[in-house]
Amino acid sequence: MNLVDLIGNTPLLPLPAIPDRPRIELWGKCEFMNPGGSVKDRPALQMIRHAIASGQLTHEHILIDATSGNTGIAYAMIGAALGYRIALVMPENVSAARQQIARAFGTELIFSSPLEGSDGAIRRVREIVAEAPKRYFYPDQYSNESNPLAHYLGTGAEILATLGDRITHFIAGIGTSGTVMGTGRRLKEHRRAIRVIAVEPDDALHGLEGLKHMPTSLVPAIWRPEECVDEILPMATEEAWNAAECLSHQAGLLIGHSAGAAVAGAHRIAARLPPRETACIVCILPDRGERYLTLSRRE
Amino acid sequence: MATVRIPTSLRKLTQGKEEVQASGATIGEVIASLESSYPGIRARICDESGALRRFVNLFVSAEDIRFLKNLETPVQESDEISIVPAIAGGQC
Repeated sequence: MNLVDLIGNTPLLPLPAIPDRPRIELWGKCEFMNPGGSVKDRPALQMIRHAIASGQLTHEHILIDATSGNTGIAYAMIGAALGYRIALVMPENVSAARQQIARAFGTELIFSSPLEGSDGAIRRVREIVAEAPKRYFYPDQYSNESNPLAHYLGTGAEILATLGDRITHFIAGIGTSGTVMGTGRRLKEHRRAIRVIAVEPDDALHGLEGLKHMPTSLVPAIWRPEECVDEILPMATEEAWNAAECLSHQAGLLIGHSAGAAVAGAHRIAARLPPRETACIVCILPDRGERYLTLSRRE
Repeated sequence: MATVRIPTSLRKLTQGKEEVQASGATIGEVIASLESSYPGIRARICDESGALRRFVNLFVSAEDIRFLKNLETPVQESDEISIVPAIAGGQC
């Protein structure tokens, strides 16, 4: 057994009931239980496995990608576990804790401008790869079909195995969009009526690390919402942060802000349903809250 | 006039400018000056009560104003002020 065999098959946990709505079940898919601490272990492993199988990644290459954190930690951990060299390009304002975790795995870090966000990191990695294309393997998580595939094969199938026909709604934040696209496709194949909802920040300037405000971002090639997304829900940073704080107080679940965004989205969807309607809503909880505790400080 | 560096996520409001000039003896006054030149910018960086939003950081010559005097932090003519999102995801 290898460390990477622990990726996936995460628990689905019942979340505190919504007040006055006993007929609505709310579940959280605990992606923070992956060994790298986030949902990103799944696409990182799928992309690396595919690249090894197709000969794009060998022990002579350096895997390089742009990442605001969790994907980088996943690459770093999997690279160390399987013996591949990793380099990560990230905006300088990625939290200190995340930088330190990636470094702990022996990964090289390259910084891009803190003013340009993750898109600045994407542009920087493209420049680096263009200068020495043979030296690097660039998975490009924003365009790599293995990213949603990991969720089609894993996350979506696991949710169906646990809840089957009960699930009525699925909610996840949009970063690369891999989670919502891959899981959404799998759920829609099972039953078209399952509503797939993508949560995005309500403004270009936001505090939901890992999520993208699509109207002002480089749009990922894998983001094709017409295939399986029923609704895009804009989310205010404060509302998502409050939902995350509430869950840590009420349920002992110290979750990250993108998880808070999904849970806040679930509460909004629930509030819209007729009073006596039954529903079974599943939210993705991408990572733990520890990674954001120093967010108000730049270290 | 102090120089203010604008993150990409707010450049729509500054006609694409990466740096703008603003007057004021404190950060609070600089924000008011920015708002008069670029209407709408204050609401993006400050909440309804006027406090800096939790996910926005302001630096005066590399010092975080939360560790100085917050919106009362004095500003010199030669200072460079940076508005930096507290997180790194997503903005173009």
